[in-house]
Amino acid sequence: MADEPLVLGIETSCDETGVGIVRGTTLLADAVASSVDTHARFGGVVPEIASRAHLEAMVPTIERALKTAGISARDLDGIAVTAGPGLAGALLVGVSAAKAYAYALNKPLYGVNHLASHICVDQLEHGPLPEPTMALLVSGGHSSLLLAPDITADVRPMGATIDDAAGEAFDKIARVLDLGFPGGPVIDRLAKEGDPKAIAFPRGLSGSRDPAYDFSFSGLKTAVARWIEAKRNAGEEVPVRDVAASFQEAVVDVLTRKAVRACKDEGVDHLMIGGGVAANSRLRALAQERCEKAGIRLRVPRPGLCTDNGAMVAALGAEMVARNRPASDLDLSADSSLPVTDPHVPGAGHSHDHDHVHEVSKENLYP
Amino acid sequence: MLLLAVDTATPAVTVALHDGTDVVAETSRVDARRHGELLLPAVHQVLGDAGLTLDAVTDLVVGVGPGPYTGLRVGLVTAATFGSVLGVPVHGLCTLDGLAYASGIEEPFVVATDARRKEVYWARYDDFRTRVSEPSVDRPADIAEQVAGVPVVGAGAVLYPEVFPDARGPEHQSAAALASLAAERLAAGAGFLAPVPLYLRRPDAQVPKNYKVVTPQ
Ligand SMILES: [Zn+2]
Repeated sequence: MADEPLVLGIETSCDETGVGIVRGTTLLADAVASSVDTHARFGGVVPEIASRAHLEAMVPTIERALKTAGISARDLDGIAVTAGPGLAGALLVGVSAAKAYAYALNKPLYGVNHLASHICVDQLEHGPLPEPTMALLVSGGHSSLLLAPDITADVRPMGATIDDAAGEAFDKIARVLDLGFPGGPVIDRLAKEGDPKAIAFPRGLSGSRDPAYDFSFSGLKTAVARWIEAKRNAGEEVPVRDVAASFQEAVVDVLTRKAVRACKDEGVDHLMIGGGVAANSRLRALAQERCEKAGIRLRVPRPGLCTDNGAMVAALGAEMVARNRPASDLDLSADSSLPVTDPHVPGAGHSHDHDHVHEVSKENLYP
Repeated sequence: MLLLAVDTATPAVTVALHDGTDVVAETSRVDARRHGELLLPAVHQVLGDAGLTLDAVTDLVVGVGPGPYTGLRVGLVTAATFGSVLGVPVHGLCTLDGLAYASGIEEPFVVATDARRKEVYWARYDDFRTRVSEPSVDRPADIAEQVAGVPVVGAGAVLYPEVFPDARGPEHQSAAALASLAAERLAAGAGFLAPVPLYLRRPDAQVPKNYKVVTPQ
């Protein structure tokens, strides 16, 4: 449909410079430049290295996305950008570029929430999101359970990690096992050849008095590290595959159990899983199994759309345009701790007194 | 010809328009922590003051630093994005050269800006158009001998009067000076720097949280 909003989205909250272009719920381009290899030798994302890489990659990645989509920037209906949460300096590169882009093209700008974007990206894969949708977002930066009655206006936190993110736990255990960074893919691969029941690692926050939907992976991480060190101190060989499988099982067991429970408690019949850890094959399989048993429809985008990318930002931006949400102002900030309850950052409107630029810019920019 | 100049390498967020003959509009605001918020409204303001739109711009000029990283990138990515959309060239200039040009000093002097961490970004000049050293980052005390007896322009002089007793204006960068310098260089067919940042420091590349051995030995 030609009248669906054509939106370009920019994502720079962590180490991926992503630029996506969508028309409504159709993906036209998803260009990503990653600095992950540069971070690998440090065992984690180094913020300043990520910011430097974003600056270098920004304009070329935008140009590549436009070329892939085969559209003219003049035809865009809006520019969306991750306003937060994320690494402050990294976000700032994307937000600055998006503002310049929107201004130069005379298009409305939408500063959107990274977490809501992770949910909305599934529209590109499985069509419009059911309302409400329950979403489990798991990555190196976040582990959240969110209820989304309206992805453009109403996203409610059900639970979140109280310490490490799920992906962080994968990275840390991979480091203990000398498997490199990032840890997710290699642990997933080794776990396939290991026994998930070999070692009974603890399931965090799973007691009857614990918060029902919150997560904790710090205790698990420590337990796995202790177990490995005990083996090493005893001069025994560490059964890397069994450790990987048992650790992974502990993580995905808790994630899927709590997500399914949240769906049941809230009467929601759809579960969406997103974020980099959603690429984990065991998480997908166990979620599928448990959702089927509970009569819940599972929606997981393909791995390329689960990790950070620009398409997810464009997808949410297109939804903002489709639902006539107010655009952001030219003084939009990068907000490293943007609350999950703010799916986007609408402009201040007419209620400002200190800066006439707001008033002028609205007339000129958004006629 | 219409030059749009921006510089966010120092605490100043500064924007100017130059028509090849004169500065036609300019705005500066000193707020080291709000470069991202302030730059686009400032661009909009100078264009509005001049009664022009961005489409009229024929050349972009950007201060490439040296400057503390986060703010510096705002100006660079903004200029690069404008350049891409408008299809016009983006000319880089050393931020210190803008301060030097604004000083109008005709004798040897030094420009020094705040590099934080008790250091300054600095360079030596023979006169306001002629830089004679590569920009560097140093502790003021370590360059005291090299800068002894010459005037010093920029915020570095204000911050470290014991090393730079002969402070001269201006203290803050102005895009108007940067634009005027660029117009002169364009007219003279002189070159520019690539519009990429002069960081002068390697990134603080440390693993955010090191794995700690948890078993008591
Ligand atoms: Zn993410």
